[in-house]
Amino acid sequence: MSFVKPKFRHPDLPLNEVGYSRADYEGVLSTLCAGCGHDSVSGAIVSACFEMNLEPHRVAKLSGIGCSSKTPAYFLSNSHGFNSVHGRMPSVATGANLANRDLMYLGISGDGDSASIGMGQFVHAIRRNLNITYILMNNGCYGLTKGQDSATADVGSVNKSGHANQFAAIDMAGLALEMGATFVARSFSGDKEQLVPLIKAAMSHPGFALIDVISPCVTFNNNPGSTKSYDYTREHIEATAAVDYVPFKEEITAAYAEGEVLDVALHDGSYIQLSKLAPNWNPFDRIGAINRVHEAKVKNEILTGLIFIDQDHPDLHQMLDTTATPLNQLPQALLIPGPEVLEAVNRAGR
Amino acid sequence: MHKLSALNDFVVRFANVNGTGSASANTMFAKAVFRMGIPVAPKNIFPSNIQGLPTWYEVRVSEKGYLGRREGVDLMVSVNPQSMLRDIKVVKPGGYFVYDSTKELYKEYIREDIHYIGVPMMGLCMEHFADPRQRQLLKNMVYVGALSALLDIELEVLQQIVREQFKGKEKLVTANFEAMQMGIDYIHQHYEYPLGLRLERRDEVGDRILMDGNTASGLGALYAGATVAAWYPITPSTSLVQAFEKYATKYRIDPESGKKNFAVVQMEDELAAIGVVLGASWNGARAFTATSGPGVSLMSEFLGLAYFAEIPTVLIDVQRGGPSTGMPTRTQQSDLISAAYASHGDTRHVLLFPSTPKECFDFTADAFDLAERLQTPVLVMTDLELGMNDTMSPPLSWDSSRQFDRGKVLTEAQLEAMTERYGRYKDVDGDGIPYRTIPGTHPTKGSYFTRGTSHDEYAGYTEDALIYQKSVDRLMLKWETAKGLVPEPELYQDGNQSEYGIIFIGTSTYPALEAIDMLRESGIAMDAMRLMAFPFADSVRDFIESHDKVFVIDQNRDAQLRSLLVNELEVHPKNLIKVLNYDGFPVTADYIFKTIQSRVAAGVSA
Repeated sequence: MSFVKPKFRHPDLPLNEVGYSRADYEGVLSTLCAGCGHDSVSGAIVSACFEMNLEPHRVAKLSGIGCSSKTPAYFLSNSHGFNSVHGRMPSVATGANLANRDLMYLGISGDGDSASIGMGQFVHAIRRNLNITYILMNNGCYGLTKGQDSATADVGSVNKSGHANQFAAIDMAGLALEMGATFVARSFSGDKEQLVPLIKAAMSHPGFALIDVISPCVTFNNNPGSTKSYDYTREHIEATAAVDYVPFKEEITAAYAEGEVLDVALHDGSYIQLSKLAPNWNPFDRIGAINRVHEAKVKNEILTGLIFIDQDHPDLHQMLDTTATPLNQLPQALLIPGPEVLEAVNRAGR
Repeated sequence: MHKLSALNDFVVRFANVNGTGSASANTMFAKAVFRMGIPVAPKNIFPSNIQGLPTWYEVRVSEKGYLGRREGVDLMVSVNPQSMLRDIKVVKPGGYFVYDSTKELYKEYIREDIHYIGVPMMGLCMEHFADPRQRQLLKNMVYVGALSALLDIELEVLQQIVREQFKGKEKLVTANFEAMQMGIDYIHQHYEYPLGLRLERRDEVGDRILMDGNTASGLGALYAGATVAAWYPITPSTSLVQAFEKYATKYRIDPESGKKNFAVVQMEDELAAIGVVLGASWNGARAFTATSGPGVSLMSEFLGLAYFAEIPTVLIDVQRGGPSTGMPTRTQQSDLISAAYASHGDTRHVLLFPSTPKECFDFTADAFDLAERLQTPVLVMTDLELGMNDTMSPPLSWDSSRQFDRGKVLTEAQLEAMTERYGRYKDVDGDGIPYRTIPGTHPTKGSYFTRGTSHDEYAGYTEDALIYQKSVDRLMLKWETAKGLVPEPELYQDGNQSEYGIIFIGTSTYPALEAIDMLRESGIAMDAMRLMAFPFADSVRDFIESHDKVFVIDQNRDAQLRSLLVNELEVHPKNLIKVLNYDGFPVTADYIFKTIQSRVAAGVSA
């Protein structure tokens, strides 16, 4: 097996509108286990960024610690990446975003990283409506330390060691809704059709966008009895709606009967097209979304799709009333008050 | 009975209840002395409490300019029945006890060896003012008036301070004048004045200012171009970020849009606060946080990441009494070791030790240049004593031709012109400092993956033994480079004049300099060195090795400064004599003098 990705690119690879091929969005070869859900999520991120015509250097990818947090090395090699400390990615992303509001921030975390050690930072980043796409690769276990239960493991779920979890599971989408998240979605690493458009929509969302992605751990939590295995997820998945992302340049073609399709206009001019599967589904209703998440849990359903969206809530920069120019680009002359200010300060001290 | 008598050289302590507006009156007193050209050193001695507990404000008046704390109180102003018994006990024999005589003193409060000066402060206010809240506040101005008569404070100076304080509020000015006059009249009618303790105008202040170190540090961050401040409230550093925000709100607003050219975020904890600093600095903004000991403990993990991943980081540590929650409103220099080596693994961080508000300003500004030049954390180590007390200081100044040193940051053009592969951790210049890139700079060049895991020159993960070792050795080379960039130690004599040396940092400076004068008068010469930074310059080793014995002043129990010297310079511990003060109060000249004098008399051995 080769550990180095060949640099060779086929000369006729199709390019997107900004002149990059799909390969330009890839990263180094993954060192995760063969079949790991996280690698599919990385693939979905590559597809989403390529198809959205993002310039890779305008994206910053940040992560914490864990299997999921390693993945930023496996996509977007032309983007700066920051693999920070365990559970603290949200604060680093907050600082990065404050420094330059013009880049797109992609936060990658896992259930250990966000639901346990980093839960404080996770919820507070949500409260501040930090403008970030937060992809939480959720497999219910700690892979890097060989399979201990995480805080998202369902009660009764059995891991590879045969042990059944007894402690209440934290539903990250439900928690995000409670904390006021302005974009909450859930998906499955095995459902690219749904995941790719959700990532695109999240990246277009001007605020905190959570995608809780069930991403099975093939090595430690893919056994019978686990509620985060590929089989279990496929059997219990329930979608709110089929999701399609429509860039603003394209015409919206309604492929569904009227009344079943909901176009959600995003502020950058693009649309999310939701083909409703559930009756009376309303992605703008937070209370309804919270109830639906709870109901799904009771019914042992894994509710996926866009669960909630509110694009009108101000993000952190708007709340802090910072200037439109990225703070890291303000020239020195604008930053230093004149010598007369220090003179006044000195006078006041006499 | 003996009456204390001194001109421009005494200590006045005010005993108040916190939350009663006494701070403003007490500050006016200190400022009036200062404006009479006489050096003052005011100190807040306050509880970790918001309202109702005893609080003290102590002003040392020293024509000679000794600004350290001095033991003993010559004149006590007591308006707090709760602490009165204690307050009476600390007055020096022959000293004066000014108290609110609206209620009669208990018999057991009478000491035969001090002078009682009763002024019915509350009673006078009750008669004269109608509003209950005003009575409470103006009561403080009655004692200020009384003091002006007792100590010969120029009334016009006090009145001018009142006018400035209540500018545009004429009614308040009048009321304050009346209250002061009531105090003056009462003294004139009932007591001999002035006392043996008194003030006389001098010209010993020069162009100096009175300012607290936290305000100066906040201004330093503003002038250094900090655009992101992230913090979590903690005494005694809170007022530092507040000062930054106050001045930024005034002077950093975009004139066209009215929007802020800065961001201040109160985070959920100290871990998040330093995380923001790392993220913002990594992304090319100047960012900082301020905290105290408990915060440094919490921030340690991120400091280790910043050290290893080489991210500029500025942290101002306003030290307080430890360990654990310790004494949040008392001063110490007890974070030296935890700051110097914060985080697990082999880590070491640049520390700066300011001792005046001007240095708080300068060193905070310098910390940003150093952090970016060295791509590493720089911690400015102040303490509660300096941070929260108005301290006499040379005026703040900024050289308008000064350019920020943003360090080795590759521009888009430099990246474009680059033919070889960019290596984030490659030591191109041989000084241990690699070149960094800011996200978003160039479409195809300069990106890298920042990580706290071991990495090669290209920021790729590695477990290769040689590559790892080379990378941490390069960090030591960078440490050597840092030695040449941090401020040099200060000497107080030309060449060595004694077999004894004395080393100190920060707020130990004033009492140390006073103690050196006292020692000289008693026949003991002492060579002095003030350290400004860690890593220590080679001249520090030379100083230690060229003296028989060197006294090291530490405001902590474990002789942390001495430990750093022994550990880093490999000097013989026996040659470094501990002078330790760790009761939460600033070390005094008297204590340093007595400790050293007795050690010298006993023939100094470690």
